[in-house]
Amino acid sequence: MTRAALAILGKDLRIELRTRESVPAMALFSVTVFVLFHYGLDRDSLDGAIAAGVLWVTLLLATVLGVSRLFVTEREQGGLDGLLLAPIDRTAVWVAKAAALLLYLLLLEVVAVPAFAVLLLGTDLLAVLPELVAVLVAADVGLAAVGALVAALAVETRARDLIVPLLLLPLVVPVIIAAAAATEPLLAPAQRPDELGRWLLFLGLYDVVFILVSVAVFDFLLED
Amino acid sequence: MSDRSALTVEAPGAGGVGASEPAIAIEALERRYGERLALSDVSLTLERGLTLGVLGSNGAGKSTLLRVLATLLRPHAGSVRVLGAALPAEADSVRARVGFLGHEPLLYRELSARENLRFQARLHGVAAARVGELLAAIGLERRASDPVRELSRGMAQRIGAARAVLHDPELLLLDEPRSGLDPAAWERLEPLIGRSSGRTRVLVTHDVEAALAECDAVLGLRAGRVEYLGPPDGERLRALFRA
Repeated sequence: MTRAALAILGKDLRIELRTRESVPAMALFSVTVFVLFHYGLDRDSLDGAIAAGVLWVTLLLATVLGVSRLFVTEREQGGLDGLLLAPIDRTAVWVAKAAALLLYLLLLEVVAVPAFAVLLLGTDLLAVLPELVAVLVAADVGLAAVGALVAALAVETRARDLIVPLLLLPLVVPVIIAAAAATEPLLAPAQRPDELGRWLLFLGLYDVVFILVSVAVFDFLLED
Repeated sequence: MSDRSALTVEAPGAGGVGASEPAIAIEALERRYGERLALSDVSLTLERGLTLGVLGSNGAGKSTLLRVLATLLRPHAGSVRVLGAALPAEADSVRARVGFLGHEPLLYRELSARENLRFQARLHGVAAARVGELLAAIGLERRASDPVRELSRGMAQRIGAARAVLHDPELLLLDEPRSGLDPAAWERLEPLIGRSSGRTRVLVTHDVEAALAECDAVLGLRAGRVEYLGPPDGERLRALFRA
């Protein structure tokens, strides 16, 4: 399975490097939303719960864009049949797609988080960067696991652009709750992140549950 | 004119091409898309080393039959055995031994011919050297690094044919394999996917004359049902399928 997953991941990254259709769109979308919040809220800086909410809702909506495009080369160029005709464990397709989405999310955040700090944040982000990176990675793993599952569910449907957000957003509500709660004290000057470990544990459990669910059901999703 | 009985198509000489199990054994196959019946009561047996032509007009069920045999669609009723393995239960073992060339060449347009074939080689566990051999065989060595989107339809079809035989399959499933190819290009592909390849083949076509020239047996479908099953009888096939 590892050989097949690496081959599919390598192919996806190569195509993304050439087309630049997913990560730049996600990053541009995030920066645009931060600019809109900057003017819409009419505030020079945010902190605490509002800052955490703005950051995570924006990242989540950018994730929807990435999930919608995750199987686009397979759908538009017949590659899905090519994958299904190969004698590989179909879970390798999910592993590769989830890994690709995880990489896209990490790259998105390399752009989006500094943009968020410049456009909206009133606190010093560098002081809490290790903790914030831990929250981002823990949340991204869950988003990638669920996102790859939803993308595979939607790939053969006609209303896939509607189905992806309708399925994905309710499924990732726990991620948003935990990630925003873990991030809130990091973005508030007077708060200490006492409960960070608890929220990271929650995100870790969510990640494990959805990885196991995805591995269990992915084969059936790709059946006709 | 309907002939619903199963026909066993045997290779010349005793025992077929060295295997006890037939290449394809279908019994009362049924396949639906929602409420619409795409294939109904299809039965046939094809011995190894032979070519079965599948004739019929648009919507007759030809491509559906090919996709069932390729493990891309599940049969909804009846039994299907390919190379001795039952579908869908033993689909994994079938995939390693079947090559498929459909309407689309199943290539990624942003990747080159070489990259597409190397990707498929990795999925099939085939040595990278095989990719070079096939690029030479299809005459695309000089364009092997160009993205597929810059190649003509015929060139893409040649790469698709190379993809179909990359893992040296025992059974080839071909859906209009000559489409987009000029005679010279077909001449190059003939040893890979044509009659001289020596492989068992299922060849979907609209063209009665192509079926007569290339096939040992013909299955004619109309609205998902067997209209003709037997040796390539030119007179009957022309009357049935040259409308």
